[in-house]
Amino acid sequence: MKPGRFTYHAPRTVADALAVLGEHAGDAKVLAGGQSLMPLLNFRVSEPGHLVDINRLPDLSEPVRTATGWHVPALVRQRAVERSAALSGAFPLLEAALHEVAHPQIRNRGTLCGSLAHADAAAELPTVVTALDGRLRIASPRGERTVAAEDFFVFHLTTALADDELLLGVDLDDLPAGTTTSFHEFAGRRGDFALAAVAGQATRDATGVVTRCRLVAAGVGSTPLRLRAAEEGLLGARLDDSALAAAARAAAHEARPTGDVHASAGYRRDLVATLTRRVLADIAAAVPTSVPTEELTHA
Amino acid sequence: MTSTETRPSTMIGRSVLRREDRRLLTGAATYLDDLELPGCYEAAFVRSPHAAARIVSIDTSAAAAMPGVIGVWTGADLPEIAKGIPPKVVHPQLRDVPRMPLPADFVKFVGEPVAVVVATSRYVAEDALDLVEVEYDVLPAVSSTGAALADGAPLIHEGADDNVAVHVVQTAGDPAAAMAAAPHRLRERFSVTRGGGHSMETRGVAARFDPTTEQLVVWDTTQSPHYVRNTLAHLYDMPEDGIRVVAPPDVGGGFGPKAQFYGEEAVIPWVARLLRNPVKWIEDRRENFVATMMERTQVHDVEIGFDDDGHILAIRNVFEHDQGAYCAGLQVPMITLSTLPGQYRIPNIHTELIACYTNMVPTSSVRGAGRPQAVVAMERMVDRAAEHLGMDPVEFRRRNLVQADEFPYRVGLTFRDGSPLTYDSGNFPLLMDETLAAFDYSGERERQTAARAEGRLVGIGVAAYVEGCGLGPYEGSRYRLLNDGTILVTLAAAPQGQGYETVYAQIAADALGMDMDLIRVTTGDTGRIPFGQGTFASRNTATAGPATLQAGDEMRGKILQVAEAMLKTSAASLEIHGDRVSVADDPSRSVTLREIAGAANVGKHGITLAPGILPGLETTVYFAPERAAYASGTHAVAVEIDPETGAIDVLRYVIGHDCGNVMNPMLVDGQVLGGFAHGIGNAMYEEPFYDETGQPQSTSYLDYSLPSSMEVPPVELVHIHTPSPLNPLGAKGAGEGGTIPVPAAIANAVEDALRPFGARITSLPITPPKIVDALSTDDLDGTGPWHG
Repeated sequence: MKPGRFTYHAPRTVADALAVLGEHAGDAKVLAGGQSLMPLLNFRVSEPGHLVDINRLPDLSEPVRTATGWHVPALVRQRAVERSAALSGAFPLLEAALHEVAHPQIRNRGTLCGSLAHADAAAELPTVVTALDGRLRIASPRGERTVAAEDFFVFHLTTALADDELLLGVDLDDLPAGTTTSFHEFAGRRGDFALAAVAGQATRDATGVVTRCRLVAAGVGSTPLRLRAAEEGLLGARLDDSALAAAARAAAHEARPTGDVHASAGYRRDLVATLTRRVLADIAAAVPTSVPTEELTHA
Repeated sequence: MTSTETRPSTMIGRSVLRREDRRLLTGAATYLDDLELPGCYEAAFVRSPHAAARIVSIDTSAAAAMPGVIGVWTGADLPEIAKGIPPKVVHPQLRDVPRMPLPADFVKFVGEPVAVVVATSRYVAEDALDLVEVEYDVLPAVSSTGAALADGAPLIHEGADDNVAVHVVQTAGDPAAAMAAAPHRLRERFSVTRGGGHSMETRGVAARFDPTTEQLVVWDTTQSPHYVRNTLAHLYDMPEDGIRVVAPPDVGGGFGPKAQFYGEEAVIPWVARLLRNPVKWIEDRRENFVATMMERTQVHDVEIGFDDDGHILAIRNVFEHDQGAYCAGLQVPMITLSTLPGQYRIPNIHTELIACYTNMVPTSSVRGAGRPQAVVAMERMVDRAAEHLGMDPVEFRRRNLVQADEFPYRVGLTFRDGSPLTYDSGNFPLLMDETLAAFDYSGERERQTAARAEGRLVGIGVAAYVEGCGLGPYEGSRYRLLNDGTILVTLAAAPQGQGYETVYAQIAADALGMDMDLIRVTTGDTGRIPFGQGTFASRNTATAGPATLQAGDEMRGKILQVAEAMLKTSAASLEIHGDRVSVADDPSRSVTLREIAGAANVGKHGITLAPGILPGLETTVYFAPERAAYASGTHAVAVEIDPETGAIDVLRYVIGHDCGNVMNPMLVDGQVLGGFAHGIGNAMYEEPFYDETGQPQSTSYLDYSLPSSMEVPPVELVHIHTPSPLNPLGAKGAGEGGTIPVPAAIANAVEDALRPFGARITSLPITPPKIVDALSTDDLDGTGPWHG
């Protein structure tokens, strides 16, 4: 379990990092927290000729307040997100999911963006960022572009990032007033990848009718899976028992699990139903916070 | 012994803090990979990717030509060590098949080593592995006992009629007649899977050959250095004194698999000898998953016969044991065979083993060593029988327990050493009472009833066991008075975290009547003590312990004899205080231990010893127990099941434990709690998966669910102490009792929780998907599928 031979690069600027990536496109990997990459290297599952360590790049370690929400740059550790009162306050969903991500020692090193770029379909963070409708800022020698989370995740361990591109960070918009979120996961052990997980947010009007809804599942597809049929069924509905049951049925129906030694596809499908119902029950039970919109947008 | 018995014990029985802890907690421990061996080469092994194949050819030329590679050897290149590694525990009917250090012709499991690369670093060695070209002719493989025993199964070993390694039947009474006549009979089939040892430090070997002394020094993370030395002497055809095997004082866990001997342990010292240069191999975790022995699966077909009053009349258990590709030893299934009756008085017993070969890594003992499986077979059927009679399962157990006045109790079976299986001591009814009192059994039953009324699935499980421990043949302890006036106690057995340096200093302090501070304990070095067996089977406190006690007693006698001569007084009036022996009623007349060492050990060249001075103060005692001492335990657990996810929440867990007299209660608690973590893994998490072609499916901790501290629930401990009459310390083993009944207890509790639905648990470990499956089985009595 020793990595194969590679050349180590430690660029000091984004431009230098992009230059190295461009020069060795297809044969280079970006190293941030290393919590997924290093095991892959040690198993020799991945044997890149070049490793581009971005830990010395400036200005990528602190979350930044934007006009519409927050920007979380590439070097923000998962533990820092979890412990940031501002981020946890703005996105309780992120904090809830982070408690299920591996263990504190791993979150101390692992970055939010690293997990997104790694794109394990059973991982929590890609699912949550999709549920929050995040946008990924990507740099390349051709300039910067922004990709919606839903378009970013292409397949298991595969993203929209080109070989010469670098993920700079993710933008998350503040949630509208009247929005509640919830995250439920079931894993074999604490800190394991999810057998299935569901992240959800719903916005309700003053009468309790759902006006906006987003449900995304982990571990039951090749990417974070939008549960669109479940979402559509909830729009215009109140979160009563029959609405929850219908959404759970719809979610199980649209899940695309595969079986392995740990759990059958059928078991995971049932889990999606259970977790969807639990997410919606949490949301139904919560008193929607009505934060004045202007306070968020002008903060 | 008389003087020891009259001297009050002052250190034995105290929770002395471990001497080892400072270096362990400050990162100063020395593990095998920390040894400084200047210029040491590092090795890596080419391993078979196939579960069964003929080796057509191996081309090592490209690897050997790589810069930094010192050499590459296949089995064919090392004919001198091409000998079968003898199995550890055998049986007259065992059909043994030679297990070669590096097989030259056939591979029988994924991970079997076929070549070794020695290089300037492990990095280079691993790069070179990819360049070794092995051509295999892949053969059909077998990866379960069912497949191995099926008609027309591929033969794992050529020239055999079938894949059976050994078939053993033991009976007591007339089980066939008793079963036929029993008013009630119940039968079930249980599959019980156990995992590996998963010690934090993997296996490792380093070796250096000194051509000037012609001595081969081998550092090995083994539990049994003398066993390794003896095996190497046999394989190398060398006198055993030419080989010194040292287990470093800090070994990061053993748990059974490190008590076995592996091909890598034969190859590394041999190439170090060939190269006249130190060579080191540290197993990595991926190798550990495929090449280190594990325990895996037994399948039990068990039938119980009982009467209306809940008396067990007969038990019949036929089980299949997966021996793996070779028989490294029969200890595990032989232990299962004799552990079946447990704490119960059963007049008619049929216990039958069918051990078979499969195309998977050989199996070995893992903490618990065959006992958890037997306890599942027995204790699950006890619960079923109680259910059948509508009787409380604890009441059913009480009606069948061997009583306190029945010891020594002859079970009616034969122990694996050929002697009648006999429990030396115990008090099973008291153990049950104390455990259930701490558990508040009746209160838990009331809470269960209330929970069920709310629709919650709460269940209670109890499981009892006996553990034959403190096994022979012997263990030794050597004392020497050092020239500085301190005592060195040398044990043959090697520790892997058990605290030997502390516990044996406690025993020695009491035996010598000296302060612990003047006593140092050293372990696991064949160069320091000629004979030994090792650390396994919860045996050392009951074997090395008495040896240390008796040797200490002899040593005290020698010290006092020399002091008597030096002080010209009678030994009867002498006392040892601190580093000084003095006359009891005249403390001004004294000699120090250093002076005694000077007189007796150092002496003066050419000068005759004064009268009464013994030359060289040392003593060695080997203690050989008459037979195994029996520890016992009773576990009680309450669980709640989430019917939607199948999650098991352990609400309460109480362990009642009897390991006889305790040397250091804190260390015993640590052993029981650590064992419990293994038990939870066996009950709910750990499973080494192989597919039908024999490919391992769980080769990292992503896929192998080793429980972490987050998965191990809080546990309450209850101890009783029935001393063993078989050794002067009254000690029994404590290393495995925390593990043994956990799968049975959890399975009993889960099935109890599911009882309203009649769902059955027959496969361990019990995972959430299995519970959901059990709940949704169509043949539930009219309840229909629970979910969906």
